[in-house]
Amino acid sequence: MSSGKGCVNCMDKIGVLGDYDSICGYSVLGLDIFPVVEAGEAAATLRKLVVGGYAILYITEELFQQIQSTVDRYKDDYLPAIIPIPGQGGSLGIGMGLVNQSVERAVGSDILS
Amino acid sequence: MDAMQVNPTRMELTRLKKRLVTALRGHKLLKDKRDELMRQFLEIVRENKALRQKVEQGIEEANRYFIVARSVMQKEALSVALMAPKQQVKLEVGKKNVMSVDIPRFTAKTRTDDPNDIYSYGYAFTSGDLDGAVRALAQVLPDMLRLAESEKSAQLLAAEIEKTRRRVNALEHVMIPELQDSIRYITMKLDENERSNLTRLMKVKDMMIAQKIREDQARSEAAG
Repeated sequence: MSSGKGCVNCMDKIGVLGDYDSICGYSVLGLDIFPVVEAGEAAATLRKLVVGGYAILYITEELFQQIQSTVDRYKDDYLPAIIPIPGQGGSLGIGMGLVNQSVERAVGSDILS
Repeated sequence: MDAMQVNPTRMELTRLKKRLVTALRGHKLLKDKRDELMRQFLEIVRENKALRQKVEQGIEEANRYFIVARSVMQKEALSVALMAPKQQVKLEVGKKNVMSVDIPRFTAKTRTDDPNDIYSYGYAFTSGDLDGAVRALAQVLPDMLRLAESEKSAQLLAAEIEKTRRRVNALEHVMIPELQDSIRYITMKLDENERSNLTRLMKVKDMMIAQKIREDQARSEAAG
């Protein structure tokens, strides 16, 4: 399976990255889960998955924070969509922060908050 | 005068005027593009915010269930229950073009048609809270997909808006004033040349007339 770039009809996969306790539930829904603990491991897994044709990657906010630099590399690419989700500890506000960040980038100042 | 080095010739003037017209048209088009992108972006961002709130709430609810389930069940039993998923989600990725920005469109396909066919375990050895957790997650999944779509779209549009805004500003504050300055400079230089040419002609004419008068005088003196 190729990565989604330029490919319209190919089937792509959804992956979930995070600590096992936070993400074990998603496996029941049919998403692929990748339990990782340490940031370096997470970044490596993320890179592997992007090459492996995952179109959407959900990452727990705790981990998202730690591998920000790796995530930012894919920010302006068409795919994958890397989306932070709250882990077991509840929302850290990083997801919302990301939304505000893109508003700030587009408008020049944060107008929605 | 500006730093631009131009030859004050008519040809250069025509060339610059043409460039100015193009720059002005480009500026107008890009400005329109930026405004429309911004409109679309704000729409998507509002949706994005609402979805995120909804998804975060849903996931937190599911997590609450999970915590209870985990406290009642043994860790191994929980892992075993979740080990072999029944359902599988296949994702179809489409493209949508918004003002020449490609944004992804996700359509998810489940392996079985029945959306409730998600419990991968028998109910005998698992806690009821696990069912609740799985149900809560299954409910939030469609919104999670839409969230991924709108969040990625918002990011891509934001990048494009930033680029367009820079281009508009560069045209408005750098290119167009520079071209206008150069055009003014050339026009003034050409006018100046024209005037100096005219005075030179007038001077030559005066000199010729004076010479003529002198010649006439000399001839009449010789005759007289």
